[in-house]
Amino acid sequence: MISLAGRDILHAWGKFVFTGVGLGLLIGVTLTMAGVYRGMVDDAKVLLGNSGADLWVVQKDTLGPYAEPSSIYDDVYRGILGMPGVERAANVTYLTMQVRLGERDVRAMAVGIVPGGPGEPGYLVAGRQITRGHYEAVADMASGFKLGDRIQIRRNHYTVVGLTRRMVSSSGDPMVFIPLRDAQEAQFLKDNDVIVQQRRRTAANPAFNRPGVPGLLDAVIASQSNNSFVNAVLVQTKPGHSAEEVAEPIRRWKRLQVYTRVQMEEILVAKLIATSSKQIGMFLVILAIVSAAIVAFIIYTLTLGKIREIAVLKLIGTRNRTIAGMILQQALGLGFIGFVVGKISATLWAPLFPKYVLLEPGDAARGFAAVLIICALASVLAIRAALKVDPAEAIGG
Amino acid sequence: MADRLNNGIHIEGLTKRYGAGDTAVDALRGVDMQVAPGEVVGLVGPSGSGKTTLLKCLGAVIEPSSGSMKLGNDVIYKDGWKIKDLRALRRDNIGFVFQAPYLIPFLDVTDNVALLPMLAGRPNAESRQRALELLEALDVAHRAKAMPSQLSGGEQQRVAIARALVNRPPVILADEPTAPLDSERALAVIRILNKMAQQYQTAIIVVTHDEKIIPTFRRIYHIRDGRTHEEAGEGRTFE
Ligand SMILES: Nc1ncnc2c1ncn2[C@@H]1O[C@H](COP(=O)(O)OP(=O)(O)OP(=O)(O)O)[C@@H](O)[C@H]1O
Ligand SMILES: [Mg+2]
Repeated sequence: MISLAGRDILHAWGKFVFTGVGLGLLIGVTLTMAGVYRGMVDDAKVLLGNSGADLWVVQKDTLGPYAEPSSIYDDVYRGILGMPGVERAANVTYLTMQVRLGERDVRAMAVGIVPGGPGEPGYLVAGRQITRGHYEAVADMASGFKLGDRIQIRRNHYTVVGLTRRMVSSSGDPMVFIPLRDAQEAQFLKDNDVIVQQRRRTAANPAFNRPGVPGLLDAVIASQSNNSFVNAVLVQTKPGHSAEEVAEPIRRWKRLQVYTRVQMEEILVAKLIATSSKQIGMFLVILAIVSAAIVAFIIYTLTLGKIREIAVLKLIGTRNRTIAGMILQQALGLGFIGFVVGKISATLWAPLFPKYVLLEPGDAARGFAAVLIICALASVLAIRAALKVDPAEAIGG
Repeated sequence: MADRLNNGIHIEGLTKRYGAGDTAVDALRGVDMQVAPGEVVGLVGPSGSGKTTLLKCLGAVIEPSSGSMKLGNDVIYKDGWKIKDLRALRRDNIGFVFQAPYLIPFLDVTDNVALLPMLAGRPNAESRQRALELLEALDVAHRAKAMPSQLSGGEQQRVAIARALVNRPPVILADEPTAPLDSERALAVIRILNKMAQQYQTAIIVVTHDEKIIPTFRRIYHIRDGRTHEEAGEGRTFE
């Protein structure tokens, strides 16, 4: 037996290819949407992985530092260093802001790190890590900055000494690493007018400006212009200690929230990008429906155009099963063309997206199965129409 | 098939009523007809006389209301009883030739003909071989690889006849097979049908209005108001 569907597709290949390309672009968009979601999850994992931390110590009862604001004293890390199983611990701050390079403005996440401590980017693609305590920066490639660029964060200028990659915040902003002290200052920095005003207010407050206590006012003012908070402490555990085993005493004795890598991943994926993933899920549902409608419409139209031939086929003794199979195979063929076109176009345009798009082979396989199922369902209408054709119609009047 | 006992076509007292009650139409009111193997008979009659209805009954696509029909060696209908697998009956016992050739546009000439044995489960190579033999006999073998849309009307009709013959059915039903053809080609088609009837011992009924070919039949059934009566034809030879 020959493949009736295959022959028909070869005969009317123009129709099939054009429809297949149209469908394919839709499928490409669908695969890309899935890739955007996978990219966000992967960004989150890479972010956690590259930070080199095993534990994230944040403010009690918060989901910090990425999903919620968290603020803890910058000397807490010393106590943590003394806890059992802690190898290294370092403060870190996060602040999303505009970073200027000349006339250009880049939205970035400024990360304050302790040079050499956990929190430093895992590896560099160019240049070196920060070695000085001030005014050096390591930037993610996605920021577009080059080695030697002089970038401006708030009022200070920084020299880009190193470049890293795949270090982006959960909203896709590239990270710019700067020394912790600078970052703390940037977070807290007030403009000169506010500083003058604050000093005047403090001086006018009799509680801080007592005639009998010289030096009190200066001390209060000094403490006001000093930011002694950070967002989190990153902890590396000693080999042979499990993360949970080290986390528990810190929770109990330091009265802080401690997250392990697994928990942090859960927060990033389930909480931080939950809405985005629902948004993408919604898109996928709509695209699936639109694709199904297109396939159903095309296959139905093609079938109606062949009613006469179908009547003849039935008259000369073709089984209903064979005719249904022919239509089903055509729908699947269309789906196959569409999938190939979709996969190729998604692969071609994925790198052009500003955020990371991760096309997983597993998603492609699932997408392929979904396309075939959708096409099979979409052919039902056409198959019903074909089965209703009366072989007597071939004999005519 | 070819080696099957073939007694041609036997129809007795066949009636067909469309619809019921006040709007019922008695399209056939008692048709008697015999066609021997190897014979080509004409079926003529005015419009609305029941020709197509009779052909549809014989072609096993509509069910008669009463009477009996025998095709080849099988009773296919008798007073409300009918054989079960009408689809296989059509495939193996009846060849159809229509006014228009109705070839399958996406199959080439060979496969249009070979499709029937393939549907009956024959291997592709054997089916094509059989198709080619018939195309040869019908003088269209040189167009075997062409698509139907690339053939002339006469060539298409010959391919359609090859398709009707390929399963060696005991019966061929032809509905106005010469209508679109000029007189020379029309006579050629009739000549082919006669030759094939002889060669394969097929019983052939040709429904026609076509004055050009009516003189060629040895026997003609006239149908009027759903009743047939037989008449000797001129049986003119046309070599
Ligand atoms: N499906 C149907 N339902 C009801 N009446 C029908 C149906 N088909 C045919 N008829 C009627 O049965 C009668 C015979 O019709 P039929 O089609 O067999 O005529 P015919 O001899 O083929 O005519 P023509 O030469 O015009 O094709 C006509 O009166 C027609 O109106
Ligand atoms: Mg008619």
